[in-house]
Amino acid sequence: MAATDLTDKTFELPWLARALDWLAGDDVNRVAGGLTNALLLPLLGIGIFLLLWSAGAAQVQTSLGQLPGPAQVWEQGQNLWEEHQAARERERAFHERLDKRLQKAIAAGDPEEKLERIRNRQYTGHPTFVDQIWTSLVTVGTGFLLASIIAIPIGIVCGMSAGFYAGMNPLIQVFKPVSPLAWLPLVTIIVSALYVTDDPAVSKSFITSAITVTLCCLWPTIINTTVGVATVDTDLMNVSRVLRLGWLKQTIKIILPSAMPMIFTGLRLSLGIGWMVLIAAEMLAQNPGLGKFVWDEFQNGSSDSLARIMVAVLVIGFIGFLLDRAMLMLQRRVSWDKDAILR
Amino acid sequence: MQSFLNIDHIGISFDTPKGKLEVLDDIKLDIAEGEFVSLIGHSGCGKSTVLNIVAGLLRATTGGVLLEEREVTEPGPDRAVVFQQHSLLPWLTVYDNVRLAVDQVFGKTKSRKERDEWTRHNLTLVHMEHALERRPGEISGGMKQRVGIARALAMEPKVLLMDEPFGALDSLTRTHMQDSLMEIQARLNNTVIMITHDVDEAVLLSDRIVMMTNGPAATVGQILNVDLLRPRNRLALAEDAAYNHYRAEVVKFLHERHDKPRLVSSNPDAGRETQPLPLAANG
Ligand SMILES: Nc1ncnc2c1ncn2[C@@H]1O[C@H](COP(=O)(O)OP(=O)(O)O)[C@@H](O)[C@H]1O
Ligand SMILES: [Mg+2]
Repeated sequence: MAATDLTDKTFELPWLARALDWLAGDDVNRVAGGLTNALLLPLLGIGIFLLLWSAGAAQVQTSLGQLPGPAQVWEQGQNLWEEHQAARERERAFHERLDKRLQKAIAAGDPEEKLERIRNRQYTGHPTFVDQIWTSLVTVGTGFLLASIIAIPIGIVCGMSAGFYAGMNPLIQVFKPVSPLAWLPLVTIIVSALYVTDDPAVSKSFITSAITVTLCCLWPTIINTTVGVATVDTDLMNVSRVLRLGWLKQTIKIILPSAMPMIFTGLRLSLGIGWMVLIAAEMLAQNPGLGKFVWDEFQNGSSDSLARIMVAVLVIGFIGFLLDRAMLMLQRRVSWDKDAILR
Repeated sequence: MQSFLNIDHIGISFDTPKGKLEVLDDIKLDIAEGEFVSLIGHSGCGKSTVLNIVAGLLRATTGGVLLEEREVTEPGPDRAVVFQQHSLLPWLTVYDNVRLAVDQVFGKTKSRKERDEWTRHNLTLVHMEHALERRPGEISGGMKQRVGIARALAMEPKVLLMDEPFGALDSLTRTHMQDSLMEIQARLNNTVIMITHDVDEAVLLSDRIVMMTNGPAATVGQILNVDLLRPRNRLALAEDAAYNHYRAEVVKFLHERHDKPRLVSSNPDAGRETQPLPLAANG
């Protein structure tokens, strides 16, 4: 293996993948063998990267001081975690105090309306880094789910009807390359116009971010579903015709299962795009997620900001990787073709 | 004589980018109930096309097919097809593949329990009762073809259509499958049209062998009645004079046809066609 084999596999973490394979129920022996094999080189790669990073960072002076190396980033990572713990502690203490006051008020026989006021008091702390990760995940999940619900049926119809596909194709081709940054202002204004309630269950920025994600991750799923449905084996379609399966039965029994691997390929691509888009959307829409965290730190411009942004970058990358793996695991679970390991 | 299955002067042409391609011309064939007929001919001559027209998967351009005096206009389970590439649904188990067909054909007439029994019965017939819960990806090519046959038989078709059912199998497996098929045929006495390119297979299994000329515009060249007693035994027949005579007839026919395209192309004046044959290289 002299030449570097540059595939998309090259940039993954095989040992982690193995551990996740194990979670997905793969053969333990194979996993164990791979673990020892694939542990050393990735660790070496990470080690060299860290060395180069700390050496390089020491040479760069920015307006916010020296570029942080791995050690500072690690430290900030810990800080962010501790801040999160502390915030949780404050929140717990707040609720404890509230409870006590409530008990006291009840004991004193205060009127119901005063009790209600105490009960309704909300904790108003800033969202911590961990809260922001969670917000981002919920937002991308919402956008992605919405996109899938729209894209899969459209893809199925496109795949079944050449006419419908011919009609859809120009729209797909034109909207597919549009950047999320171009969608966002439009979406913001439309959401502001249409989403008017006095008591919003979810914030506008959340809806704007989620819809922007949806708009960007529709296309890979539509395209791959179309291809999957259109390329169902003619023999299998002939079997369906000989059996005189009805339209619905044919779709459920033949077309969907056989297009499933392609549909999942599309979903994985979509989720990857969705995650990338989300960060940008959150920055601009000010949705309280990772994107906003990065933006706030950037605006903040304290001496810790750069290291905190780097923590966010690493976390964003790692979560993106985990999302992809989760989709792969799901795909393996539902896939009939256990041999086609689609990485 | 009113025949059971009547292939009535069918012809078909396809629209291709190079223009109209006339594949079949004036094929006529009467098949009696319970008869086993083989179609043999060079690759690309149009055997599958004939079968697909009988199945209703393709419509003939001229002529038509009558089954029990009713015109065939669409595919249906009364003309079950065994495809060359097994064409089982890979995500269903062996049992579920057959059960899907059974449910579809007998959903209204048989109870759940009867359908279960009928599914198992047909899989037992092809000796696949031991692998009910396996998926197509986990069994051999021969086994897949058995399941394909079980699925077709389970539809209780009036005509069983088989397109080179054993073509993709190794010769030993093929031998087994041929014996199995003869055994099933002895029990059920189905009406069968089978495409093959294997001369021994054709003679061993058939009541009649229909030999097709080369395309384009292929037609029936010669029909051979195989009057060998059943049950037939391949070992005993190997030394049988009649068997070897039939075999030689088919080989001779195919051999002559094999030369024909070459004669046309090496001596263009000999043929009346002045236009190049789009399919000459295909044979
Ligand atoms: N749908 C189609 N469109 C155009 N040409 C076709 C089509 N189906 C079959 N043909 C042509 O008809 C000829 C006969 O095909 P086929 O019946 O598959 O031959 P065989 O089964 O004898 O090998 C081939 O030359 C093939 O190219
Ligand atoms: Mg063929």
